[in-house]
Amino acid sequence: MSAVNWFKYAAPQTFYVLAGRWIPWLYAVAILLAITGVYIGFAMAPTDFQQGEAYRIIFVHVPAAWMSMVIYLAMAFWAAAGLVFNTRLSSMMAQALAPTGALFTVLALVTGSLWGKPTWGAWWVWDARLTSELILLFLYIGFIALRASIDNPLRADRAAAVLAIVGAVNVPIIYFSVRWWNTLHQGASINMSSAPKMATTMLAGMLVMALAGWIYSIAVALVRVRCIILERERHAMWVRQLEEVQP
Amino acid sequence: MAAILIEIVRRDLLLAVRRSADVATVLIFFVVVASLFPLAGNPDPVVLRNLAPGVLWVSALLACLLSLPRIFAGDYADGSLEQMAIAPQPLSLLVLGKIFAHWLVSALPLVLLAPLLGLQYGLQGEPLLVLVAALLLGTPTLSLIGAIGAALTLGGRGGGALLPVLVLPLYIPVLIFGAGAVVASQAGLEVRAYFLLLGACFLLSLVVAPWATAVALRIALE
Repeated sequence: MSAVNWFKYAAPQTFYVLAGRWIPWLYAVAILLAITGVYIGFAMAPTDFQQGEAYRIIFVHVPAAWMSMVIYLAMAFWAAAGLVFNTRLSSMMAQALAPTGALFTVLALVTGSLWGKPTWGAWWVWDARLTSELILLFLYIGFIALRASIDNPLRADRAAAVLAIVGAVNVPIIYFSVRWWNTLHQGASINMSSAPKMATTMLAGMLVMALAGWIYSIAVALVRVRCIILERERHAMWVRQLEEVQP
Repeated sequence: MAAILIEIVRRDLLLAVRRSADVATVLIFFVVVASLFPLAGNPDPVVLRNLAPGVLWVSALLACLLSLPRIFAGDYADGSLEQMAIAPQPLSLLVLGKIFAHWLVSALPLVLLAPLLGLQYGLQGEPLLVLVAALLLGTPTLSLIGAIGAALTLGGRGGGALLPVLVLPLYIPVLIFGAGAVVASQAGLEVRAYFLLLGACFLLSLVVAPWATAVALRIALE
């Protein structure tokens, strides 16, 4: 065990400085990873035998879909931590993650329909994964809308936390219900589970892009958390003494 | 414990009887919405029979949604909710009583009326029975999950549109299993699995919802 006192950084004041120091590095790593991922995906990965060049959108689509789900869980985790331990910073993290999660969900939906047009011949198919992604977007919007409807930020934190927890419990149920509904209603138009094995370079490209998505999400969440800290703690002495807020 | 539960249910039922027009409005809303679909589309009996499970379930969902704010709004406005929050009995138990009363007042009439609308849509025999049974098992879950949303939006600025945005996505599993049971029975398939899943949804929400609603109410009352 290291002797670092992690709880020190649970205070917005110390975290503000720490996050400020991390953000440029995170951005740099995210950009480097994204460039590498795009290079692997578009220059190195072979053309798909069945889908031609259209499949290359998966290098954006799949990482975006992963991120949309991971961020919801992270958001629910921080919201729950804020509710249980009453730590201000946790709730701020949850608030900061929500727009990025919603963004990735929209990105996954848009790239999914762009891929669907040449592959399935339709912009939108009521496929189980597309539908559950759409419902995930509704959950994000609900979280953001509930926060926006309550003026008192502390009350908004806690109400949104209850919603995020209920949503997180519901996400697997929704996912499986949609999957069963899907298998009931339409014959498998395309079956990913029995699709031929993916080439290693394709998998590598996707993993690198997913990593870029992770680092990018952390970076923008930290930027947003810093803004939220400034906004909420604007009456605190340490904020007024910051260089960047001097007139 | 049981005494306070019965007392809460009795009180809420009494309040509902005194304002019986509110109860009737929800019921009429259900009938009106369900009657709109044949007018908007094709009144062909075969088409209607295919539409019936989805349309009737969605109509019931919307009617249930419409009545949700009433669970807590009145008690919040006149302060009795605060009395409940400081009562010696656990708030989640009182909440459970209120949810049960809401189901009796707002959802049970829908279930009883559903066969009539089902007949209008050309449902007969087993599918009609399955529709009523699925609604009977599914609507308590709707009341339970809806109570969380009603408590969360209490006293906020969200207006009428926020509650559906919060609650409807959470209703999707019940909708799928409930309507799925009717579709399966129309196709002559086994419906047991759907009822087991609806029952599982009910039990899970019975455990989670009163607790989450009580937490949300305490937040709203701060």
